[in-house]
Amino acid sequence: MANNAGRSAQPAAPVLKYSIFSLARNALSRHQGWPAAWRSPTPRKRYDAVIIGGGGHGLATAYYLAREHGMRDIAVLEKGWLGGGNTGRNTTIVRSNYHLDPNAHFYEFSLKLWESLSHELNFNVMYSARGVLNLVHSPADIDAAMRRGNAMRLNGIDAEYLTRDEIARRIPNLDCGGESRFPILGGLLQPRGGTVRHDAVAWGYARAADGLGVDILQQCEVTGLRIEGGAVTGVDTSLGHIATPKVGIAVAGHSGHVAAMAGLKLPIESHVLQAMVSEPVKPVLDTVVTSGAVHFYISQSDKGELVMGGDLDFYNSYAQRGNLPIVEHVTAACLALFPSFGRLRLMRTWGGIMDMTMDGSPIIGKLPVSGLYMTGGWCYGGFKATPASGWLHAYTIAHDAPHALNAAFTLERFREGAMIDEKGAGPYAWAH
Amino acid sequence: MLLIPCPWCGPRSQIEFTYGGDATLERPANDAGEEAWYRYVYLRDNPRGPHDEFWLHSAGCRSWFRVRRDTRTHDILGSAAMGAGWNGAPR
Repeated sequence: MANNAGRSAQPAAPVLKYSIFSLARNALSRHQGWPAAWRSPTPRKRYDAVIIGGGGHGLATAYYLAREHGMRDIAVLEKGWLGGGNTGRNTTIVRSNYHLDPNAHFYEFSLKLWESLSHELNFNVMYSARGVLNLVHSPADIDAAMRRGNAMRLNGIDAEYLTRDEIARRIPNLDCGGESRFPILGGLLQPRGGTVRHDAVAWGYARAADGLGVDILQQCEVTGLRIEGGAVTGVDTSLGHIATPKVGIAVAGHSGHVAAMAGLKLPIESHVLQAMVSEPVKPVLDTVVTSGAVHFYISQSDKGELVMGGDLDFYNSYAQRGNLPIVEHVTAACLALFPSFGRLRLMRTWGGIMDMTMDGSPIIGKLPVSGLYMTGGWCYGGFKATPASGWLHAYTIAHDAPHALNAAFTLERFREGAMIDEKGAGPYAWAH
Repeated sequence: MLLIPCPWCGPRSQIEFTYGGDATLERPANDAGEEAWYRYVYLRDNPRGPHDEFWLHSAGCRSWFRVRRDTRTHDILGSAAMGAGWNGAPR
């Protein structure tokens, strides 16, 4: 391993560009000659910025700090392996079908970044604009969907209301008959919504950030934050002390734990959200289908598995696994909507830990310690936010001030009463 | 599956219960000021480890009570009726 100890900010070896030509060239050598996609450097004693968390959000932050703001002397610290947290545990859905302006503008910015991300990173993240359909089951549901669709269109976001007949034609295996417990009356479709290959997001950002000189340090757990005179001076890690004037926290699920190292208490509870997949089958579902009435969402992966999820387990947890009542609820909801999936077997279930905030919206911005920033509080919505979260977190770190797109997502909004509560659910973390 | 020890009905399946959140918060006086109310309504310790929390036996005796549960393992360490000590001990 190269010794990087005395290295000042210098770009890493040029990244091999992935293309049909590099694929053909490497095929001739039986794919034995591919270089590692990123280095495994030795930590240095000091960096201009340290990002805690090597998931999509932390790696994207480092990438945009290097790409957009010219910083090169950056480390990303990951306690486990890249993308081993919620980046590898979500249901891969991307969308921007939000009602409130700050959320609509933020998630639409993110969706626009998704649309060009494979080219930007020279890494196929497999963005598939297959459409996200929210089913409606009651007259009140129809009103709410119309209202949200109109709000989206006023914000320049694509939204279409589909009737029951249109849905039945588009998704023939969905039970659109009138006999079901929650009959389908229509649905709000966002055609540009869809899915993205979740692991590829972490790998693509890691490779691109490494190519710009960012040091990615895996199995390096932060154990403390050093603060002097109200300003960050460094982090203590399992690999020793690292001095830095700027620390960005991107550890959603554990934001409160890391913020407590700076003496901060957050308006966040950690809860477990489960997801599960069926055995793989041939293509049967080409749209992401969700239902608020039964709280259920489903899509089919490129491998053929039906990927589904539903509610939180509804109690504080850091366990990364949940319990069977929610598995039963999700599968029951699946069969209520898609009776023909009843012969499929469930293959795997897993859980991820959500930062559930008190208004259901994220926190992206400065913390009340100079040089300390965070992006977190994602509730259910973190994966689709990854590019915009990283972009805006990087902007905020570089300028020591938020961008217009994340100016509303402050920690202070809870003290000021400026909630961004999409559902109007109130200050109950598990209700969002 | 959580097996939750209701102080009145004994151990019962989690599907009979509704979660009520952090049981260590103390409601401030009405005139305690904005800062005290901000901390009570919004801020949470959110510990990794033992967590005291409210549960309602909603499909049972309809009583609220407290459970001490480890958030890393979901192990239940004890329960207590309102105003009583843990696992039936006097407070």
